[in-house]
Amino acid sequence: MIEEIGRTTEGDIIINVGPQHPATHGVLHLVITINGETIKKVEPHLGFIHRSIEKMCESLSYRQFIYVTSRMDYLSSHINNHACALCVERGLQVEIPVRARVIRVLMDELTRIASHELWWGAMAMDLGAFTPFFHAFRERESINDIMEETCGARLTMNYIVPGGVMQDIHPNFQKRVKNFISLYKSKVGEYSELVTGNIIFQNRMKNVGYLSPEDAISYGCTGPTARGSGVSCDIRKLYPYEIYDRLEFDEILETEGDSFARYMVRIREMNQSIRIIEQLIDNIPEGDFQAKTKAVLKLPKGEFYQRVETARGEFGVYIVSEGGTTPYRIKFRSPGFSNLSALDLMARGGKLGDLVAMMGTLDLVIPDIDR
Amino acid sequence: MWSFSNISQFIDNWLRATFNPTWTMVIEMVIAGVGVISLFALLGLVLVLMERRVAAWIQIRLGPNRVGPGGMFQSLADTVKLLVKEGMTPIGADRFLFNLAPLIATMVAMLLIAPIAFAKNFQLWDLNIGVLYVSAVSSVMVVSILMAGWASNNKYSLMGAMRSGAQIVSYELSAGLSILAIVVLSGSLNLNDIIMSQADGWWIFKGHIPVIIAFVIFIIAVTAETNRAPFDLAEAESELTAGFHTEYSGMKFALFFLAEYINVFIVCAIGATLFLGGWMPFHIGHWQGFNHVMDYIPSSIWFFGKTFFMIFLIMWFRWTFPRLRIDQLLNLEWRYLLPISMFNILLVTLIAIFGWHF
Repeated sequence: MIEEIGRTTEGDIIINVGPQHPATHGVLHLVITINGETIKKVEPHLGFIHRSIEKMCESLSYRQFIYVTSRMDYLSSHINNHACALCVERGLQVEIPVRARVIRVLMDELTRIASHELWWGAMAMDLGAFTPFFHAFRERESINDIMEETCGARLTMNYIVPGGVMQDIHPNFQKRVKNFISLYKSKVGEYSELVTGNIIFQNRMKNVGYLSPEDAISYGCTGPTARGSGVSCDIRKLYPYEIYDRLEFDEILETEGDSFARYMVRIREMNQSIRIIEQLIDNIPEGDFQAKTKAVLKLPKGEFYQRVETARGEFGVYIVSEGGTTPYRIKFRSPGFSNLSALDLMARGGKLGDLVAMMGTLDLVIPDIDR
Repeated sequence: MWSFSNISQFIDNWLRATFNPTWTMVIEMVIAGVGVISLFALLGLVLVLMERRVAAWIQIRLGPNRVGPGGMFQSLADTVKLLVKEGMTPIGADRFLFNLAPLIATMVAMLLIAPIAFAKNFQLWDLNIGVLYVSAVSSVMVVSILMAGWASNNKYSLMGAMRSGAQIVSYELSAGLSILAIVVLSGSLNLNDIIMSQADGWWIFKGHIPVIIAFVIFIIAVTAETNRAPFDLAEAESELTAGFHTEYSGMKFALFFLAEYINVFIVCAIGATLFLGGWMPFHIGHWQGFNHVMDYIPSSIWFFGKTFFMIFLIMWFRWTFPRLRIDQLLNLEWRYLLPISMFNILLVTLIAIFGWHF
């Protein structure tokens, strides 16, 4: 800190945004150098919520470690679990029943919508509008109800296990998902009325926080953050897993690279997720929901990697196995960490108010960054 | 119709008969002061509850509904909590200014109540420059905010205060010019005269489009002046945690909070007086029968109805719009609102000169 103070020039102030700050959505600490309202530097300090999940996973069996990953990106815990399960299955060489695959994809997309809903509300709240948060939660709540019924939990579902899903879907599942789709379609107009079409909102978002495609690639940005800059990086399209190669959906790309482009990517992505759910909800094949696996899983000696597309970007699981019942080393590639690193680049020269908006468009989940 | 003037006249006569003139004046002042303070507290409680109710209604939730019938005593309970809370002064703060700032904010809000006509013949101070007094005294508010921001010894507070300074000083121009439109039309700075000039119709109806423009500009400008969303940059929660009152707690915070709501009430009351006729019932030209029926509704109900309608408008803004950025805020004022109001005042003057209004 003392070095940082020494480096500032006349008129600059250093402000600590966080670790306790309403805009950081968690315990993120940003040390920002500002001159008046203009931002000169943003330095994220991490580690406030580091739980050494990677190290913990080394002492947990291949069935157990998946539950810990729900606690990383808690807004897309299904997708985290999915990545881990896929990685283990890759080592086990088991064939997953089609029913389980369809259920997994359905759950993934519901999670993605729920995550984007929360992001949308929080994003508007960052810009000073409180009402959208409650409107977003109305729809998100019905997704949570679906999850609660089928998975038994609302936030950290732990529904996906190596070999399939933990239990079969609830008899009401299809009906409730259809209800949700009609609810969403009837309410999505409100989103554009309340936020997207608002002139104040558009002025706040357009032409701020520019991230060029080159920078997006060199900073390792993924997900909607990179797609807002026109970088095609949807893992579901580029490296399809499960049944995504058989589904019809578009990869959303916006080329402006500003905050509004990142915002629009997420808004449009929700509609694509609805499209995927609509394709699958009436076509859940009969069959087992779980493949037969041994009680104690042992991965063969070797290295396994699986990447998936979470709501925030590319999530990777890297397992090094020595052939035992626990992984020798696990490394997670979390999207939030790389996306956050581009914040300094985007924010420089902008206004303090825009910094909050940019953080909003990055959709940061701090436990995902810190692990 | 019954009016407050009988009551006040009765009290005045009784006091004059019982005491000598000096004591009469002192006692009347005390009564007025106690009245203002009670109104101040009552309005604070009512407005906080109203804000929470309106917010809940807009945000599809219930709002306070536990304390008392329908949650009516919620803000009372909150006040008790704030009263017993420790009012901390941070180390490194300028203690004198830090403690003075909330008092100034409160005093300004109280002073502003003086010239407002709450009902027919019910006014604390019938001032011949009432409009000028209101715009002059409300400017002092910025001093308390700057004082609070500077004395807190906190960077967030300081930034909030500087933002607020830039904002209030700029938006006062537009608010002043839109008020001037009515002053030009009615030819008086006295709030009572302005109300009386609307006896055959409120200015918003008989002043043509320029008055409607002035009304819209007035609402925007006073929303900014009272630091409310979408112009709440001084206390932008997501950016500056709480802006100028970050370091305040307990009753010192509550005074700022109260002053904000009273200011909202006052600007809305002024707006209702200037544009919507104050306590003047809804009259249409020379329709004697209609006007007579309207007169049966007590004038205080007309006044509070209009004022609370405007307060509702301002609350509606707050819970609907996102916040502006500081440069956009100043652009809006200096590039759009100020030129428009200047041109508008020219139009209003023409209308007034040629007598085109109804």
